[in-house]
Order: sequence, then structure tokens, then C-alpha cells
Amino acid sequence: MTKEAPGRVADVGAVADRTLENDHAVHLLRQMLRIRRFEERCVELYSRSAIRGFLHLGIGEEACATGVMEALLPDDAVVATYREHGHVLARGISMRATMAELEGKVEGCSRGRGGSMHLFDSATRFYGGNAIVGGGLPLAVGLALADKLQGHTHVTACFFGDGAVAEGEFHESMNLAALWHLPVLFCCENNLYAMGTALELTESETDLSLKAASYRMPSWKVDGMDVIAVEDAARHAVEGVRSGGGPHFLELRTYRFRAHSMYDSDRYRDKAEIEGWKHRDPIPALAERLTASGVLADGDLGRLEAEVGAEVDDAVAFADAGTDETVEDLERFVTSEPVERRPPR
Amino acid sequence: MSTVTYREAMRQAIRDALIRDDRVFLMGEDVGRYGGCYAVSLGLLEEFGPERVRDTPLSESAFVGAGIGAALGGMRPIVEIMTVNFSLLALDQIVNNAATLLYMSGGQFNVPLVIRMTTGAGRQLAAQHSHSLEGWYAHVPGLRALAPATLEDARGMLWPALEDPDPVLIFEHGGLYNTEGELADDAGPVDITTAAIRRPGDDVTIVAYGGTLRTALSAAEALAADGVSAEVVDLRSLRPLDTATIVESVARTHRAVVVDEGWRTGSLSAEVSARIVEEVFYDLDAPVARVCSAEVPMPYAKHLEDAALPQVADVVAAVGKLRA
Repeated sequence: MTKEAPGRVADVGAVADRTLENDHAVHLLRQMLRIRRFEERCVELYSRSAIRGFLHLGIGEEACATGVMEALLPDDAVVATYREHGHVLARGISMRATMAELEGKVEGCSRGRGGSMHLFDSATRFYGGNAIVGGGLPLAVGLALADKLQGHTHVTACFFGDGAVAEGEFHESMNLAALWHLPVLFCCENNLYAMGTALELTESETDLSLKAASYRMPSWKVDGMDVIAVEDAARHAVEGVRSGGGPHFLELRTYRFRAHSMYDSDRYRDKAEIEGWKHRDPIPALAERLTASGVLADGDLGRLEAEVGAEVDDAVAFADAGTDETVEDLERFVTSEPVERRPPR
Repeated sequence: MSTVTYREAMRQAIRDALIRDDRVFLMGEDVGRYGGCYAVSLGLLEEFGPERVRDTPLSESAFVGAGIGAALGGMRPIVEIMTVNFSLLALDQIVNNAATLLYMSGGQFNVPLVIRMTTGAGRQLAAQHSHSLEGWYAHVPGLRALAPATLEDARGMLWPALEDPDPVLIFEHGGLYNTEGELADDAGPVDITTAAIRRPGDDVTIVAYGGTLRTALSAAEALAADGVSAEVVDLRSLRPLDTATIVESVARTHRAVVVDEGWRTGSLSAEVSARIVEEVFYDLDAPVARVCSAEVPMPYAKHLEDAALPQVADVVAAVGKLRA
């Protein structure tokens, strides 16, 4: 992590040597593995047409969602994008409900109404799943405003990609959150490409944390391929937000190993560039660290993989056995039904 | 009874809501210190403070989206947009978020938000402050669209809109703010689901809403002088449409003229006409007629703007053709 916005960023300390409790590090590894193996299975399911529509995978980016979610409390809110499988799983939404949603089943976390791009969960205050680039940022600002007006000390974590930074909604939301000193943690997952167009082809200033700093909010660059660095930065930022420090911004520098979506032939990226980033894969990086330090013994990784594989198998079986919502309910939830009205969250 | 303006009736409604429910707050451009671009919220900042009467930056998308987020978070925001033309800067939030979140989330996240905005022409504000785009919003499932045309509705539609668990858009015709009349001192919430017959009649049904209600009523008055009894239906709710009231009236009068300040093509008037034809075609003695704005960006010059807008004489002439 490097400092940004000179004079405005607290020293968050060296992260590489931080000693974590062993079981916590294994937990991080497990979470990243769950996301990775889940998404790899999604590819298979897509091939056999069990999943359709747009499917955006975050393979390579698992450390971002995993690290940030560790810093949040159950009552905090999350707003994410259409590349949000990892965020959903790391937030604690069941793999079963997530996979059922991808298969369009009524047991899915959005009853099959949303699909891969629109995963929602009221129990964990997970507000989507927004597939309009930049469209989630104003929502996050409003959720934070509601928390502030009601005297809550919740944090709203808002995820978006580098592409969103070019949208007007990004700048409007940065300004409003900073102006009103709202408890938002902006998490920019900078994977260097807005779909197929490289950052330097879309931004006059490619240092994205600098843009956020111009709105007078603490803004840090983070190695998004290092889950411990992400968690550490997120904990510092969340602490700052929760203690009344106003919005904070994390630029998580990451990379997606696979194409933008299943329809993308990935012509715009150099193979050597992709391979170069794969050498920084966050999952083997952490596994090797834990093995070298003796936290993981022989066979531990295999056992972890087997447990995760079993969870994925179970989720697919659950989704496959799920039910299609009755077509008679097509128009349900266009507007609220009296029985669906819930107390204010 | 007291004599009030439409503007004052709307202000009473907002003030009442702010008093009744701590979750309600008003947010928009110049709603606070300026008092509202049409002076609707004048004095409310002083009474309720800057937390509940919030001036926003010129960021329609962000503050409308923030209204959606705040509604999700347990508040009951009233968001004011200066004009429907400016609401296009927030179209993404209104159409892609407010209208869809409940459905996309499988019923988990409703959006109890009210968005108020000015609509309509007649004040020589030209082509970026005068259009009647409420029909676009009435196209979108998940939204409720209201058009208060009377003092009672200006006073009474806001509270039920706030009680609605889903997003409600209120379109206030800019030409109405200065209209004045008697309003009961205990005026309060009104029904927001039905159309209203503002003038009963037997020979023709004139359907109007918002700013064109006055036009329709004046036309009915003029027609009465010629011995023609016109019934005037005020839509009040643009989505959902109260089709039953419209077709019941037309089934009795056998003739219909739809008056709409929007453009004819793809308009609310087209929707109303289609529903009449779908439901009571065999009761009609003449084709459904429409009086709409000319298909031009609204011009500035007074005589051109007048020529572009539905006028009383146009409505009278349309009725005359139906009876010829």
C-alpha cells in the first residue's frame, strides 16, 4: 500500500509482515478458494446451459471481496456490481442460494428474477448486483445517508470497477459523500480494463486514487492480489469511516484472469500480460506463504480443496433440484404486496 | 376554508409530512436557502433545519440515487427535481434502480421514495424547461405516476405517496403554482388510485390531467354555452391508469377527446385512446379524438408557444368535429 493525497493519509503500516492468527489466514484462503471453485464450476454449468445470460467471472480478483468483507460487521451494507459472485459468497450468502439464482430457480437469492448480475440478500444487507456501471454508487451514498440520519454507525461498502470512474455518477457520488461526510467505503476494483478498453485509453488520469483524493477523502492504493493487504487496508478504512471520518476510498489493484464475460474472446489483452498477472494469483500466493510458515501442513490444502469441492457439489445439486417459479407469479414484486412489506431496515 | 395557491397547498403537504414522520426529509436543488426554484419549500429550512431540508449539488443522478438508497435504508425521502427535463439526468436511477429493485431482488427491497418535479409549458421557458415527459415515466412498470391538477390533490397526494411502499413520481404543472382557490382547513390525504369526474356531462367525455385539466374545463364551459354537455375526466394517476372510470364515462357519452400536453406520438393520449378502443369500441359514435402539443421542441416566442400547446379552442373544435 502506498500513500496518496499527501498529508491526508494516515500511515497504515507495513502489511507484509503482519502476523495473523493462523486459523484466520486459513479462513481467508478458504474463502478465496470457495469463490474460485464456485466460478470455475459456473463455467461448466454455462457450457451445459444450466446458466445463461451474461456471466462475468472475477477469477483472479478474489482477494478484493474476501479482504474487504472481513472488515465489515453484520449490520453494514454492501453495494456491488454485476461481477459480484465473490462478494456474495464472502459476505456470507449461501452458495446454495447463489447457485440456485444463477440457474434461475425460485430458491435463488433473488428468486430467479436477477440472475448472475443481480444477486440480492436482505439478511446481510446486500443491495445487489447493479449492472449499470456506476449505478450503485448513488445508492451507497443514500444508504449511508439513511444510516447517518438514523444515528447508526453502520458502514456502506460500495464496490465498482475502474470503468465506473469515467461515469458522471462516480464523480457526483464522490462529491456528495464527501460533502455530507457520509459513512461510505468506496472500493474500486481496478482490473485495468473497462470491458475491453484499457484504462489508459479511457482516463486522462490513470491514478484513480488521486481522483478520489481530489474530493478530499482519504484514498489508498492497495495490492488487490494480496488478501492480507486488502483486509488490513479495509480494516483501517472501515475504522476511519465508522469513527466518523467520512468516506474513504480504496483502489484495489487487481486483474481478472478470464475474459470480461462468456461472450468475450479477449482480443484486447496481451497473452504475456495475462500470464504475468497469473504469477501473482492471490490463492497460491497465500497458500505458499502458509505452507512455508508451517501453518499448512502436508495434506491440509488438499483437505481444504476437498471441503470446498463438496460445498460446490452440494450447491449445484441444490440448484439443479430447485424449482422454477410458477409463471402465474410473473407479475409479483413489480409493486409491493401488503404481506411483503417489511419494517424499515 | 382558506384561500391558498397550488404552491401553498403543496408546501402544506410537505410540511405536514415532515411533522408527521421523522423519516421524511426533503432534498433537491435549491430547496433550502433559496426556498425552492418555484418557492414551494419556502420557509421549510428555517422550520425543520438543514438535516431535513437538504440543498444538494447539481447532481440529479446522485441525489435521486441517494434518495433511493435512503429509502432502502429506512427513510422516506421526498426528492425534488427542478423540471422533468432535468430528471433525464437521473433517468438511470429512476428507471434502472427505483423501478426495478423490488422485482430484481425477488421482493426483498422495496423503494419507498417520492420524487416531485415540475412539468409542462406556458411560461416561455423554451425547449429545455417546458416539456411534458411524464408519459415516459408512465411507461415503466414499478413506478407510480401522479398528476395533481387541483388544490385538493396538491395538498392531498403527497402523504399517500409517502405511505406507498414503492416509488411514486409527482408531476406538478408549472402553470398551476400560482392558481388560487378555496381549500378546506382540514384538507388532507386523498385517494391516489382513481381518476375523477371533474364535471359531469352527457354528450362527450374530455379526458385530461395536470395542466390540461383547466383547458378541458374551460372547453366544457364554452361547449355548455352551445348546448353541448361535456364530461371532464381528470386522470390524476398516470400510472396505473384508472381505465374503469374512463371507459365507464365514454360508454355513457359515446364520444371521447383526449387532451395531453405531451407530444401525440407514443403519448399518454395514445395509451388512453387505445384503452377506450380496446374496451368500449362498440359504444363509440365517433372515432376517439386527441388534442396534443405540436411535435416541435417547445419554442420561446409567446405566439409560437401558444400555437404549440393544446388550447381551449382546439378542444372545442375537436368536440365539434366528433358531433358533426
